[in-house]
Amino acid sequence: MIELDSVSVELGGTRVLDEVGFSVGAGEWVALIGPNGAGKTTALRAIAGLVEYEGSIRVDGGEARQLGRRRLARACALVPQLPERPPELTVGEYVLLGRTPHLGYLATERAEDRVAAARALARLELTAFAHRLLASLSGGELQRAVLARALAQEADVLLLDEPTAALDLGRQQQALELVHELRADGLTILSTMHDLTLAGQYADRLVLLDRGVVVAEGDPTDVLSPETVATHYGAAVRVVEEDGHVFVLPLPAMVSAARSRRP
Amino acid sequence: MIVAEAYVRPRGVPRLWGLCAAAFLLVALLVGLGVGSIGISPLAIVESALSRIPFLHVHSPLSSVQDAIVWQLRAPRVVLSALVGGMLAVAGASYQGVFRNPLVDPYLLGVAAGAGLGATLVIAYGGTSSQLVPPAAFGGAAISVALAYALGRSGRATALVLAGVTVATFMAAVQTFVQQQHSQELRSVYSWLLGGFSTSTWHDVAVAAPYIAVSSVVLLLHRRVLDVLSVGDEEAASLGVDVRRVRLAIVVAATVGTAAAVAVSGLIAFVGIIVPHAVRMLVSTSYRAVVPLSLLAGGGFLALTDVLARTVLAPQELPIGVITAFFGAPFFALVLRGTR
Repeated sequence: MIELDSVSVELGGTRVLDEVGFSVGAGEWVALIGPNGAGKTTALRAIAGLVEYEGSIRVDGGEARQLGRRRLARACALVPQLPERPPELTVGEYVLLGRTPHLGYLATERAEDRVAAARALARLELTAFAHRLLASLSGGELQRAVLARALAQEADVLLLDEPTAALDLGRQQQALELVHELRADGLTILSTMHDLTLAGQYADRLVLLDRGVVVAEGDPTDVLSPETVATHYGAAVRVVEEDGHVFVLPLPAMVSAARSRRP
Repeated sequence: MIVAEAYVRPRGVPRLWGLCAAAFLLVALLVGLGVGSIGISPLAIVESALSRIPFLHVHSPLSSVQDAIVWQLRAPRVVLSALVGGMLAVAGASYQGVFRNPLVDPYLLGVAAGAGLGATLVIAYGGTSSQLVPPAAFGGAAISVALAYALGRSGRATALVLAGVTVATFMAAVQTFVQQQHSQELRSVYSWLLGGFSTSTWHDVAVAAPYIAVSSVVLLLHRRVLDVLSVGDEEAASLGVDVRRVRLAIVVAATVGTAAAVAVSGLIAFVGIIVPHAVRMLVSTSYRAVVPLSLLAGGGFLALTDVLARTVLAPQELPIGVITAFFGAPFFALVLRGTR
């Protein structure tokens, strides 16, 4: 579905991605993890055609930079970490913006576009919000509105940049459950994630980036070892495995000191 | 799953507001034609207009003098003020959308300074009555914006705005220098800069109308794209929009129309900010409503303003820019209060 091969990106003279290669199969959920500044968001932006890159990014079998902006937007829908929220638009109008790649440059929406947007609203239980202004939504509702806009794009791939940032624990879980359901509907998911436990529980595979390089890739149980996390995040953690699920627990210095004193 | 597409119908122009704006423009035109040293009733004007249409057999109640006053003296300035007002308002709305800044006006990229320099050069070196003032103003405006675009090459909104300020400052400096060197023409330069329609003729209408018509149509067609731009450059790009190309298309269209308007009327401030904002506060903030309604309301607003400019101190004329500022600002304050 998505294949990156030796992808490098330079931003302002700094090499942010260095010969990165990984792939996401159809219907798969892959999480990009890594410390701050590892290049996770840049990788998503490169796939979405928002930064120049060297190497090859293939989306749906075609080279992304040759697909053209509109075809790429019909193949991949990007949900940014901090989406702009034009307060003046209603939720319905905002979701309808997702139809843009399906419309001619100066065209207006047809009935089928309104149906697609209505379907996306219904899928995210936002139908009752259609006439509300974006400015009146809470953080969690806004997150759903942004996802609905991405669904209205009717792309096979969802690129999610930190889908749980700025959400409380309950909302984080709801958001990821929702993505899980969307994946069950047949979507392919590539998300960046900060929370390693959540990444390990929801994603099929993890790709660990550090300073623009892929340093580990594979099953969550393989990637999330205390040693790997210590090396690349500089964090002391305990990793608990239960029924094939991985929990990454931070280990503050005082706790690890107490543990080592124990006989 | 029940899918009710009616839920996601974009608001567009509400019918009532569309009718209100059209009625406002119509009333403004009738007031403009009827009010003056000789008052003529709106009914008589309508009858006179209908009498010009063949096969209707309506008899004009106007004497030949009244007819000449209405159709040769007042009509060109009323029509031109409506065209210019609509153009400035619709260009202001489009600039605000494309730069995602509500305080931007159509003079942002140096249209005013460039037109001012062009007009000043012609007046200083070519004489007051020169037919060359409008083309020179148009050329100066176009050159300014082209320079600003070349300077802010990256096409990013902030780079463009800074480039516009740079170009405008330079043009204004040269304009002031030329003006000071030709102090005997100071008065005509000033009266051009302040703007107005006291000398408007059907020729001016014929010169400006095609540019304003094409520019307005292009901007009207972009009303949905302007809503897409409200999510920012990056997200609009991820929705398949070529943001730089769209911005260029809208800026070029708005600039051509504004330059034509400025060329025949001088520099009239405030219209491009006040009218779109009034529409936003009263009707809707979606560009699908703001762009078309600004066109109608801007036309009506400037036509009425021009009536004030020529009647308040009659037989003297006030510069129209003074009126747009003097009456526009309190009106703006009222709208602001009323919607809080």
